[in-house]
Formats: sequence, C-alpha cells, structure tokens
Amino acid sequence: MSGEPVLSVRDLRVYYSSPRGPVRAVDRVSLDIGAGEVLGLVGESGCGKSTLGRGILGLLPEGAVSDGQVLYGGRNLIGLPQRDVRRLRGPGLGLIFQEPMTRLNPLQRIEDHFKETLDQHEPRLGEHEMRKRSLETLGRMGIPPTRFRQYPHEFSGGMRQRIMIALALVLRPKLLIADEPTTALDVIVEAQILGILADLKRNFGTALLLITHNLGIVAEACDRVAVMYAGQIVEEGPARDVFADAAHPYTRELLRSIISLETSELHSIPGAPPNLIEPPSACRFHPRCPEVMRICPVKDPIEVKPAAGRRVLCWLHGPEAKIAEGDTIKLGRGAIAVADEA
Amino acid sequence: MRPEGSRNDALVSVRGLKTYYPIRGSFAQRLIGREAGYVKAVDDVSFDLHKGEVLGLVGESGSGKTTLGRTLLGLVRATEGSVVFEGRDITRLRERELRLHRRRMQIVFQDPHASLNPAMTIEQAVGHPLQIHGLVKDREGVRARVASALEHVGLAPAEQFMDKYPSDLSGGQKQRAVIARAIILNPVLLVADEPVSMLDMSVRAKILELMLELKRDFDLTYLYVTHDLATAKFFCDRLAIMYLGRIVELGPSAAIYEDPKHPYTQALLRAIPEPDPRRTVPRNLPRGEVPDAAQPPLGCSFHPRCPKAFEVCGWETRDLRDLLERRWSELGEERFESEREAFGDLTVLDSPATRVSIPGGAGRARRMVDTLNDARARDPDEPFWSGLRRMGAADDRLELEWHDPVEPRLLPAGEVEVECHLYDEESLREAARRREEGAELAAG
Repeated sequence: MSGEPVLSVRDLRVYYSSPRGPVRAVDRVSLDIGAGEVLGLVGESGCGKSTLGRGILGLLPEGAVSDGQVLYGGRNLIGLPQRDVRRLRGPGLGLIFQEPMTRLNPLQRIEDHFKETLDQHEPRLGEHEMRKRSLETLGRMGIPPTRFRQYPHEFSGGMRQRIMIALALVLRPKLLIADEPTTALDVIVEAQILGILADLKRNFGTALLLITHNLGIVAEACDRVAVMYAGQIVEEGPARDVFADAAHPYTRELLRSIISLETSELHSIPGAPPNLIEPPSACRFHPRCPEVMRICPVKDPIEVKPAAGRRVLCWLHGPEAKIAEGDTIKLGRGAIAVADEA
Repeated sequence: MRPEGSRNDALVSVRGLKTYYPIRGSFAQRLIGREAGYVKAVDDVSFDLHKGEVLGLVGESGSGKTTLGRTLLGLVRATEGSVVFEGRDITRLRERELRLHRRRMQIVFQDPHASLNPAMTIEQAVGHPLQIHGLVKDREGVRARVASALEHVGLAPAEQFMDKYPSDLSGGQKQRAVIARAIILNPVLLVADEPVSMLDMSVRAKILELMLELKRDFDLTYLYVTHDLATAKFFCDRLAIMYLGRIVELGPSAAIYEDPKHPYTQALLRAIPEPDPRRTVPRNLPRGEVPDAAQPPLGCSFHPRCPKAFEVCGWETRDLRDLLERRWSELGEERFESEREAFGDLTVLDSPATRVSIPGGAGRARRMVDTLNDARARDPDEPFWSGLRRMGAADDRLELEWHDPVEPRLLPAGEVEVECHLYDEESLREAARRREEGAELAAG
C-alpha cells in the first residue's frame, strides 16, 4: 500500500449478546486500505468477516456493541451520531451485498433507484446530469441504456448484481465494501463480476474491501489479502506473497483446501471453526494447528512483520525475545473426533 | 466411440427424455384454457448411468440439470421419453409403484439448512424415511438403524447427535445428517444436487471424501449435479455438460478436462478462479448469461454467447438487439439517443426471426445502415457478422436477412460426444457453401 490510506481501522471490537454470553465477533482488528486498492478479507463462515464489514460502516444490528477506531476522512466513525455516518455512506463508503434481489425495490424502475440515490446524496445535480451519470455508470457495468426504465424482475441475477454495483458507484465512493458479492451467481457470471471489481481502480479510482470465503476469488481480484480467524486478522500481506509463501499455518491450510482444476489431492482442515463465545485460549487456531507448540495455548501471540508489507500473528515467527526455552517444543495436534469436524 | 446403450451394466437408461413446464399465461388466457407456451427444462436428452459410476451433470442455473435429476427420480413428471431403472420405465409408474422404487434412489439437496426440519431431532429426521416406507415399526429398531447411519457418515458417537436439533449442528454436520437420511434405506442410486456448494471451502473436501467412502462401502451409483467443474474433476468418472435443456458434451471426465470440445465447456473451465495470483491472465469469458428457456435462441442455444459461432449457428433478430444494446452501453448517451431514434421501436426485434424489415422513413433507414456499418468496422471479428446474409435499405426500410439456422446434433468426436457445428462435417460444408455464396453476392 502506498500513500495515505482511505480508511484505517484500529483495535476495532464488535461484540454481540447471545443467550450463552457475549459473542466476540471482531476482536481488536486493525487494517488499512489504500486509495484504489483491492483488499481481500478471507475466512471461514463465522470468523467475523461480515461483522467486520458491517462494523466499519456502522451497520450493526441492535444489541451489538463496537469499540475502537474506524478512521475515515480524519474522523472516527465509531461513536459518531448515526445521522453523520449515514451522510458518509454512499458518497464515501458504499456497500454491496450477496443477494442483489433483496436490495432492489421490486416496485421501482431502475431509473428511480438511481434518482433516489442521487437525490439523497447529491441533490444539486440537475435532472440531465443525473441521467447522464447513471447511464454512464450502468454502461460501464454492461447494462444498456435501453433498459433504464425496466423493473428489477426483468433482469437476470448477474445483471441485478451489476445494477447494485452501479448504484453504489454512481456516487463515486472512495471505498466500496463487497460482502460475498458473487456467491449467489453462476461461475461464468461470477468471473464477469470479478473482472469488473478488479477494474474498479482503473475505471472509478475506488478502493474495495472484498469479503469472501473463496481464496480463488482473492487471487483473481485482490492486491492484498487479510486472513481472518475467530475474530482476528492472523495474517496480512500482498496477495502474491501470501499465496506464494503463507506465513500463518491457518493460511497454509486454507490454501491447501481450495479445490481448483490444479488440485491433485483433496485436503481439509481438521476440526471446525471455534465458537466466539468461549474461543480457545491464547492462539485461537492452536487446537487445529498442525504446527502447534507448547507456547501456543498459553500465551497470546504477538503480531510480527516477517517481511515488508506483511504481518502475522503466530509464535512460529517470534518475536524471539518473548519465547522462553522449551516454548517451541511441538505438541502434536490432539485427536479431533470426526464428529467435531465440518 | 461405443454407442450409448451397448453396455449392459446401465443402472439407469435415459432415452429421448423431455420435461416441459407449462408457462402460466395471463388470466384471460387461463380462462379460455390456452397455454402460454412451455419452458423446455429438459429437451430431448439421452444417456446411460452405469452401475458404480459417478456421472457429473454440469451446468449453470437454468441449464435444466436439477430438473433432469428430479425427473430421474420421478419427483418431476417427464413430458416424453423414458427413464429405465432396474428394468422398469419409471416415467410410466403410478405414484404407489414409484414409492417402492424411491427406496432404491435417494436425493441430497444443496442447502443442508433447508433440508432438515428444524422441529425434528436428528434421530427423527434421519429415521423418517424408515417410517414413511413402513420398514421398521418399533422405536428401538429405528434408533439402531439411525445410529448405524450416523456412524457411517462420521457423526459418532451417534448418541451425541440423536437428540440434537439441526440448529445445534454446523453446516458440514447438517449435510452429513442429510446424507445419513439418504443412505438409511440402502439405496443403489444417489442424486446429489450441489451437495457442497453451500459449504465453506475448508469443509467441501470432507463431504466429498465422505461421499466417495460411502460409494465404496454401499456400492452406490451417483448422479452429481453441479455447476462447479473443479469439484466434479475429483468426483466424477464421466461428465454430461448441459446448456438450456440439452446435453452439449458427454464423455469420460479425463477426456473432457484434457481437451474440452464444446465452446461452452471451454468457457466453464476458463471461468474457474485460479488460486494463484501469479498466473491469472485476462480470460475471454462469454458475454451475457443463460437466456430465458421460455424463448431459447434459434439454432444452437449457445450461439449468442459463443466466441466461435459462425454462419449456421442460428443468428436472428434478437442477436441484433443484443449487438445494438452492447454498442449503446459503450458509446455514451448522445450516440445512443440519436441511433435509438433512427431504429425506432426495438420490439420488432424481440420475436425470433431470420428476416426483419424495420420501417424508417426520412433518411432513417440510411442512418440505421450507417450504424451497423460503423459497428462492423469497430469489431469486424464479432461472430454476429458471419450470420448476416443480406443487409439493405429499400423504400426507406432497413431489410435484414440472416442465414437459416441449422440444429446442432450430438455427434461422436474422439472419446466424447459433442453437440456443436464445429465438429459436424456437414455443418462445416454448409457454412463454407454459404460463405462462397456471400462472396459471389458481394462481387456481383
């Protein structure tokens, strides 16, 4: 990442209440997103990645508490009145969801969706300018102007997702957060949409936080990748470097479990993601880690920078000064019942 | 190439199978009892499912793969054709007879969260088929069978899971329970409809491995319905690639991955994300999406998206509309407004035809021709132009004519069968003839 980040997250925590106790969905997360950068946020279901995306935008459900800093345009969005955050959403920060149909109003023409959005955030734009900008944005997404006056149901799933992206981009946001934007789509359409997202920088200068469980998608579209496990970022770095030489055992396991055309052997990660009410002690990955050491269940790992632009939260990488003799003795992964897997 | 059906180990033989869904028309149409047409979800499909194999049925949503899977089980009624399972054509069986057969063939659905009744315990859910089929009467018997099924799918010790509710289980565990329910009747055939696509990447391999184990232990035959050619590569002995109700390529997996023949198969393979950032190259993807099955394209259904389509593939009015719309999304509002005005009402292009006459008047026909010439000059390699037989302005009308469509046939090509004109000698000859004719027309 170069230059000033568009968005900086510092020590963000998001807790939910549940009948069994507080769920620590996001636990002291820090990250930066540079201008025009595509950052992939990857992890298994329940790791807190969606909550992190929503927490950044202040879109948390009732009963969730957040704490820490989300710095955007020199202000901390955490603790800002809802009204002010809402004003920043749209022109500053956009969001695309997984299921586009539920986000478009079935009774409104596409034209009206754009009008409403622009009216709300850029009321000074004239009628003509609004139309021009809407058509131009839609055109870049491959939606022809002939269909501007149609209703959502007249479009296919892939086109609806293109419309949703256009609706976010028409406000020229500095940062777009996309939560599994292609999960509901077919393979070919997914690849088309990924192409569009990877080109956002060139076409709109927009930065993107792409939340996904699929590392193949990260490889396709992202400049950098942050790997999340049990509410924490356990590794972050340039996508190329992380894929070529992952530092965290969890990242390595995730990479090995991808099923692609090149896969020659099936691999899965033993065990299941932990619940976030009572996560495992110290390093949260230690019960599933193939390289677990004596120190791992005992002492919280400390973030280290194994190379420029990279960080990792794992005792395998130090810091040496904090590791006592005998700490690095391998424990061998405890037996995990098949039933606890998946 | 051995013809399908010559082997006698077919567990299921599908011949000329069609499953059409009537389209519900307007209220008035329904009042006078008229159908508004059909969606040909499965349109004349033939193949064999051999004992002990895994056949992958691969396609995008709208390809008809799910309907085909369900028609095979008699869950959806076939419109025409036959499905012979263990010597009997199940498309002709009455519901009661069908029920006996259903013990032998089971299905696993995509969404494990929706496949289990949230109000039933795992014991009740997994044991339910035993009750429905009246196989085991006493509670103890059911419990023993359920326990054994759960242990087989890795939910062990079974006692730990019997009294749990689906909401207590993870996605992968739920799918294991669903699979336990499917095998409890000792079926011979399992239709697995996207069994892993709702699961995390890290869990998919476990479920696929479990299914392969069960296949060995219980001597099962699988029909694996999926959109994902990456998991299919692992799992399937043979593949049937479907597009808009038709099988467009059929053969051994190894041969198809090695050398995919149909341009659609090639596109599906290209679309799979490559988990290596150093090797991702810009890929040529087909434009658009699977078209509406209620009004499929003329000729080959894939031709509007096909990068290799040519004269005989079925070019028509709707392809012109697509071409204009693609052009207008790129050229900006002003060009769009003026060209759109020249073309007037585009709905004349919406009903499929190989000839069209668009009314112009006052120089509009000329402007339409200019627009098309400009489009051609910008992208002369666009396959659409190979299909255009004649273009002219007469009496202030734009007259267009496309080459007649030729229906593609499923023909042997090497180790596989493929339904594409590129592999059909007759089609290639016909296209060459039309090209020559076009050149003469242009010269004369």
